[in-house]
Amino acid sequence: MPPRPPPPDLGLRERREILDQNGIARALRRMAHEMVERAGQSPDPLSLYLVGIRTGGAFLAERLVPLVVEAGGSRPVLGAVDITLYRDDVFRGLPKPEIGPTELPESVEGRTVVLVDDVLYTGRTVRAAMDVMADYGRPRAVELAVLVDRGRRELPIQPDFVGVRIQTTAAESARVMLKERGEPDRVVLRERIDPGSAP
Amino acid sequence: MSGFPHRHLLGTQTLSASDLTTLLDLGERFLEIAERPIKKVPTLRGKTVINLFLEPSTRTRTSFEIAAKRLSADAVNISGAASSTVKGETLLDTARNLDAMSPDVVVVRHAQAGAAELLASRIRARVVNAGDGAHEHPTQALLDCSTIRKHKGRIEGLKVAICGDVAHSRVARSNIFALRALGASVRVAGPRTMLPAGVESLGVEVHHRIEPAVAGVDVVMMLRIQKERMGEGLFPNTREYARYFGLNQQRLALAKADAIVLHPGPMNRGVEIEPAIADGPRAVILDQVTRGVALRMAVLYVLAGGEAQE
Repeated sequence: MPPRPPPPDLGLRERREILDQNGIARALRRMAHEMVERAGQSPDPLSLYLVGIRTGGAFLAERLVPLVVEAGGSRPVLGAVDITLYRDDVFRGLPKPEIGPTELPESVEGRTVVLVDDVLYTGRTVRAAMDVMADYGRPRAVELAVLVDRGRRELPIQPDFVGVRIQTTAAESARVMLKERGEPDRVVLRERIDPGSAP
Repeated sequence: MSGFPHRHLLGTQTLSASDLTTLLDLGERFLEIAERPIKKVPTLRGKTVINLFLEPSTRTRTSFEIAAKRLSADAVNISGAASSTVKGETLLDTARNLDAMSPDVVVVRHAQAGAAELLASRIRARVVNAGDGAHEHPTQALLDCSTIRKHKGRIEGLKVAICGDVAHSRVARSNIFALRALGASVRVAGPRTMLPAGVESLGVEVHHRIEPAVAGVDVVMMLRIQKERMGEGLFPNTREYARYFGLNQQRLALAKADAIVLHPGPMNRGVEIEPAIADGPRAVILDQVTRGVALRMAVLYVLAGGEAQE
């Protein structure tokens, strides 16, 4: 299946670049180091289990696998979840006829799972991803890695590994562009254009 | 991202190739849920699905019930014998009473063609046609297309033979519409008494013998001989039917070497299909059943979810 197109940019204007290609690479490398360091202190003898949240998080999880090895960890297991069927807003707005596959090549039972997402905002996506995990087994622990934490949580969820933290308003959004989706690697802050002032 | 632009699923005749593909693709995703330790997702939590089956059915009703439950909807089954229809209530009165209980989806099977459409025009709930007389059985066509696409990798350009009692078969009609919309060429074969007048107008090639119909096809779809129609003079007896229209090894050998065999069930072994074929490597009949649940999940998902389309 071809990757889903990124969300439409209609009505949004780029305000500034938060990370460029090198910035993303550096952030991921640092996160991989932190994961290995934390795993070294954990009682779990098994390798990490990286589970990306489709679609952006799944690409980042894939990139993290060799970085964890480079950082001295054993090769992590790579999985991906699609949370569409677990969203609390699945039927708000238009129906969502595209659902990506959930692929967990090994059982999550008793494992340390690191959920990986591109942007952490309200926390609702992560809540849904934890529900998916629970239907596949009972991990020993679930940790959270995000490339961008833009704040404004609506649920009590905090990340364990963060690429970059930024302050945003509700009218702004962080967009992670990835070469896997045919775009240059960049993270940008965008804001909604006031329809009254649009040309 | 294209949605599903229909309020109800009454048949495949009104579905576009893109509607069909949306449902087939969703069905592939829902298949995976059956493989999980917990075979359930919370998507339709709080939604109510009523299965109103006013004609006997075990397989389809069970399949819809499992589909609803795997999506966490509340499924209520009402079958012919248990319902008020035996007490003389009309279909519309039954439907209005059900509607007053605010279900989100009503799945209906009825002996009369057009029953599902009638319901859809009178109640607020979404309606899924689970078979109305000899008219349509859209979810059967969806699961058949899904099975074919899985085994053949595509539907476009395939040759499909549908054999048996085409005149009384809603399965045949729904399959003809869906397969043609998806680009397959369809042949039908059966005794003259079992082919409806003007069947050519559906865009199919018509044969009165099974051999030329199955020659060179990718897919053979056998229809169930309705033994209850035996007294109607459509065919002399089951043994003669088997001799002239049953699928046996010699006839199957006329199809492509990798042709698959479908049957909507329940099968009359030794009548329309030889047991050795039904249990053989070419038959994909149990695959059809597995996919039935997944495709029905896809249908419930697009219908029960679409507030925005109203």
